[in-house]
Amino acid sequence: MFIDFIYELRRNKVPVGLQEAVALTRALAMGLHDSSLEGFYYVARSILVHRESHLDPFDVTFASYFRGVAVDAKKIHAELLEWLRDPKLRKELTDEERALLKALDLEEVERLLEERLREQTERHDGGSRWIGTGGTSPFGRAGTNPGGIRLGASSGGRSAIKTADARAYRGYRSDLVLDVRQIEIALRKLRAFSREGTLEELDLEGTIDSTAKNGGELEVVTRPPRRPNTRVILMMDVGGSMDPYAHTMSQLFSAAKRSTHWKELRIYYFHNCVYGAVYPTEEFREPVKITDLVADCGPHYKLVLVGDALMAPWELLGAPSYGESEKGAAGVSWLVYLREHFERSVWLNPEPPSTWGGSTVETIGSIFPMFELTLDGLSEAIAELTRGSPRR
Amino acid sequence: MSTFLRFRGTDRYLTNEALEASVNSALALERPLLVRGEPGTGKTLLAEAIAEALPARLISWNVKSTTRAQDGLYVYDTVQRLYDSRFGDGDIRDIRRYIKLGPLGQAISAGERTVLLIDEIDKADLEFPNDLLHELDRMHFSITETGDEITAKQRPMVIITSNNEKELPDAFLRRCVFHFIDFPDREFMKRVVAVHHPGLDDGLVDQTLQAFFDLRNMRGLRKRPSTSELIDWIAVLKKAGIAAVKLDQALPFLGTLLKKEQDVVAYADRLAGGRKYRS
Repeated sequence: MFIDFIYELRRNKVPVGLQEAVALTRALAMGLHDSSLEGFYYVARSILVHRESHLDPFDVTFASYFRGVAVDAKKIHAELLEWLRDPKLRKELTDEERALLKALDLEEVERLLEERLREQTERHDGGSRWIGTGGTSPFGRAGTNPGGIRLGASSGGRSAIKTADARAYRGYRSDLVLDVRQIEIALRKLRAFSREGTLEELDLEGTIDSTAKNGGELEVVTRPPRRPNTRVILMMDVGGSMDPYAHTMSQLFSAAKRSTHWKELRIYYFHNCVYGAVYPTEEFREPVKITDLVADCGPHYKLVLVGDALMAPWELLGAPSYGESEKGAAGVSWLVYLREHFERSVWLNPEPPSTWGGSTVETIGSIFPMFELTLDGLSEAIAELTRGSPRR
Repeated sequence: MSTFLRFRGTDRYLTNEALEASVNSALALERPLLVRGEPGTGKTLLAEAIAEALPARLISWNVKSTTRAQDGLYVYDTVQRLYDSRFGDGDIRDIRRYIKLGPLGQAISAGERTVLLIDEIDKADLEFPNDLLHELDRMHFSITETGDEITAKQRPMVIITSNNEKELPDAFLRRCVFHFIDFPDREFMKRVVAVHHPGLDDGLVDQTLQAFFDLRNMRGLRKRPSTSELIDWIAVLKKAGIAAVKLDQALPFLGTLLKKEQDVVAYADRLAGGRKYRS
């Protein structure tokens, strides 16, 4: 009977398969869930979910599936929503409205509540304070709404659906924008090791070989230890249309700075597009010529550009005179120049992919592989950067 | 319906329904239990508690950045054998003398059920979990040097902890029962404190918890204090004979709660009333 639930989970991007389904069946056959929905919730969660970023989609699926009501904003009466949105204006309820309210059964109010919670996090950031105390909203404490739900009161054992509804793991979803720690972890995948430096480590195989060759007289061979060998160039777009993303950018910056598993990290800034030179500081002083940079850094450096790639077409295709634009080459030709020099490069865009169509974003996306600046996007970008042989 | 032992926590280790369901699923399905969560939420202690409850011998394998999967099974001490051959010490024809079983090897070869803790698996190399897949699945390994095949008579209960630091490979995750340890809420924390510091004055418990959760909720902390730090802090307060904590004044022994200089500065700023802007 939970086969449909498995498919529902898959639809919500929780990767469950045959193995999990069989394990869950075995667990249920052994009576692990104590024949209760709550027990089933916990057992199913521990078997079907493998990482915390899937806990929230699991909760959502569980709540909607086992209530038998689809979570769909459009199905809610617009009238009712309107009333919910502005309860202050409607303190005096007409008889008609009161009748309507009484007709609301608990299930429907619960559904609305969930909807409300969802809507709210979309607008603000993760808080649930907004559903407050007092007032006539059906959600909150000490309200005057006859069909309301009381929130925040601890009432002993919570039911499974309420637990699922609480969606305590929303913060662990991986398709949301990331924090420094998560970025660091993602960046760590960029590391690669090679043996360089002084001979400090015992090379066992080598020792055995040379001892054997030496007629059994012990000859110890040493080798240099493994050291990180990744070199990264990070170029960030600052100012103008990037201002709303300043926070995300600074997180990426500090994560990159703190990463100790790279051999070298160079950070440069540019405005809008790269024209001839980039800047080691945000004050746009001491320009570093792209030609010098390319001469200095071999093609094995990994190039990461971060920016919204959004600008007036002439800024990309022409040669604006701000900065130290050299020989009047167009922005786009500098980008192509960089792309061709480095074996591996990516462009990270803080804007969601839905906005990438048309405009200069598409042009730049055709030069660099472009990824969204979220945890998932970053992982994809790093997979691109670490892929074996160069594309060309 | 088969019967098996149900884990309900121990005197010293409190659990909730979700954790019990996960542990019991892992026990019943004989799969490794992967525990993740913030540092200081008692991931390692869980293994000790399970070993105590079963009861079974606990074998710990503390993973380091240099640990390889092979080390967990056995190590063949070639250098010792070479030296012995040169100086004529011991019986060098017996290879078994130079095979040293690692923690996983010990757990598999033990005749009875053991609890194997693979602590902080995320510290090792990215490929480490993949290298363990087969052995954890089959509970079987062979020693190439001697041709010995070792299979577990009783599958060990494997508990793997991870500090949430690295994404583990999918193939590995699929074989595990997963549990994410939530940070305890106030009520639960009160019970935890009561277990560790029985008979503590109620007023002091409330004050310390208030101060602790205030600190955790403070914005911009680099490292938020965790359960183990709260327990330590209360221990220090008890030793120093402090009977009351004033929340509007500097907290005594702040160093047990805040471990980063920036955090201490941020806390001092807040205490001084509002943010001070520094250049």
